[in-house]
Amino acid sequence: MSGPSTYTPKSGFEKWIDQRLPLPRLMHDTMQTFPTPRNLNIWYTFGGILTFCLGVQILTGIVLAMHYVANAGLAFDSVEAIMRDVNYGWLIRYIHSNGASMFFLAVYIHMFRGLYYGSYKAPRELIWIIGVLIYLLMMATAFFGYVLPWGQMSFWGATVITNLFSAIPVIGSHIATWLWGDFAVGDATLNRFFSLHYLLPFIIAGVVGLHIWALHVPGNNNPLGIDVKSPQDTVPFHPYYTVKDAFYLCLFVVVFAAFVFYAPNFFGNPDNYQQANPLVTPPDIVPEWYLLPFYAMLRSIPNKLMGVIVMGGAIVTLFFLPWLDTSRVRSCRFRPLMKQFFWAFAVACVILGYCGAQSVDASVAGVPLLWVARLATLYYFLFFWILMPIIGLIETPKKLPASIAQSVLGDTAAAAAE
Amino acid sequence: MRLALRFTLAVGLTALALPALAQETTIDTKRLPVKDGHFEFEGPFGTYDRAALQRGFQVYKEVCAACHGLNHIAFHNLDEEGGPGFTEAQAKAIAAGYKIPADPNDKGEITDDKGNRLTRPGILADKFPSPYPNEEAARANNSGSLPPDLSMIEKAREGGSDYVFSILTGFHMTPPKGFKVTEGKYYNPYFEGWNISMPPPLVANAVTYSDGTKATIEQEAHDVATFLAWASDPKMEERKRTGFGVLVFLVVLSGVLFAAYRKVWAEMH
Repeated sequence: MSGPSTYTPKSGFEKWIDQRLPLPRLMHDTMQTFPTPRNLNIWYTFGGILTFCLGVQILTGIVLAMHYVANAGLAFDSVEAIMRDVNYGWLIRYIHSNGASMFFLAVYIHMFRGLYYGSYKAPRELIWIIGVLIYLLMMATAFFGYVLPWGQMSFWGATVITNLFSAIPVIGSHIATWLWGDFAVGDATLNRFFSLHYLLPFIIAGVVGLHIWALHVPGNNNPLGIDVKSPQDTVPFHPYYTVKDAFYLCLFVVVFAAFVFYAPNFFGNPDNYQQANPLVTPPDIVPEWYLLPFYAMLRSIPNKLMGVIVMGGAIVTLFFLPWLDTSRVRSCRFRPLMKQFFWAFAVACVILGYCGAQSVDASVAGVPLLWVARLATLYYFLFFWILMPIIGLIETPKKLPASIAQSVLGDTAAAAAE
Repeated sequence: MRLALRFTLAVGLTALALPALAQETTIDTKRLPVKDGHFEFEGPFGTYDRAALQRGFQVYKEVCAACHGLNHIAFHNLDEEGGPGFTEAQAKAIAAGYKIPADPNDKGEITDDKGNRLTRPGILADKFPSPYPNEEAARANNSGSLPPDLSMIEKAREGGSDYVFSILTGFHMTPPKGFKVTEGKYYNPYFEGWNISMPPPLVANAVTYSDGTKATIEQEAHDVATFLAWASDPKMEERKRTGFGVLVFLVVLSGVLFAAYRKVWAEMH
């Protein structure tokens, strides 16, 4: 809660600073005494983990940019030189490339957590909307970054994605040409993508600042989805959540490191170790795993323009989420009906991701995946636009606990604490 | 009436049989799953077998290098830690055995009186020279096909070293009935489409190993696949070693943080 500040300057110097630029006060109030619900679980540690991911990507990225050459003729070899000749270049690049996957893994967990516990509902609508904006920026940044090594998938992925804009009637092909800076994906495209790939992370960092600012006005939601009512419901952020976040962050880094050191190309596509060749189209053009659900939606619609609209609509839908959910109760813990449809939604997203990774004409046990993807796409939109508003109105939620403290400590202990 | 029935039956049966017939002539030429090459460097603690790397280099040099480049590898890489383990003197001698296109001489020329390209012996800083002057020359010498550079072949193919091993040992098999090998190509079911432009590169005793290892096709394929694994991933040993230290550190740190977490929260539940 952004209540009155509890900061008291301890020395003359701190007082002097505080009257001019109250940065220590800001740090004290937001990172030390900030009252945080005492019942946050493991899924609430991913905000901190994501901040870590952004920091890692920016730091490794700055070092990579010192050695990378944004030129269609030299980019591929410069990346390979980083891998072979730059001291610890292989480490920095593998951290950066796997870091992108870890970043998305964390952001998906973070988003599904928000969805499950109703963290997008009043008064936290703007936190969610800013979050969706960050997610959009992340996708753009990741896409630009994937183009930079100038391998086969880089080139053909860029060709497929930029060509989506040509589906727009009348001006589409002009937009594509404008994006390329040429009449096809080429050197000009690579240069601007590098420029944007360097720029966007800093914009993300700024928007993350807004995200946290917006969070610190109403304070954290929590697994019960009920409001904080008394000081017994909260603990100061430090040391309670600094230590908890640090522990789970460390576990996350164990997974991260296992990929970097023992399966560094697990998330990659072998084709991207072949230099881009505009004359040879790879048999299957597949985006990185974190974009696969949207790719599956795109491919499941026979009309290109409609496909692009559906894919874009899937993301735009997320912006409306706070007003599509009509329930008065936030957390799915107390929403028996919504809980089932939530998990069905999670499964639909995984199915879409799986379908996006297979070739268009693939089938599993005689069922064409194209139709599986169509059904999953249908469910995606059904879930947000139809089910969510209706369930909120017809569902009878379970009884909510009186307070967070009562739920954590039990009736007597909570009463004793008062 | 009967005639009509027979006619219908005949047409119906033909219609049923046609797709089946068509299916028989179009075989799915998706590449076979790779064979396991049983490489020493697999697993979290696996390291390259130095002897296999050196033998594999010999196979590359005496067989593959006729058509395939190794553009990203420099001669000094051969004596680097985690590599084939040649001494610096050996690497220098190997480099000196290669002719590198020379810089313009004191007359500003790059060819001699007869028009031949001037060359100089290789040094440690040089990379392996390409077998062909450019892609066009490579294609012209290989009936239109381009022999890929091998520096990254095992990172650039699904299956990695097992794939290279499978391709090299996947020749000399009888194609299934109904599959016709394209003129000028070779049958290899481990290659996508089954028609490969590369003639079978290895035969028994294609090289004579100085360490007395028997040079069977399998052995040669295993050795050169090991060498190319190193070429693709020269920092693998350093990576796994560093990773072990990092993971041990992180697990210990996790333990410390968990203890701190439990202590801080002890009275809160």
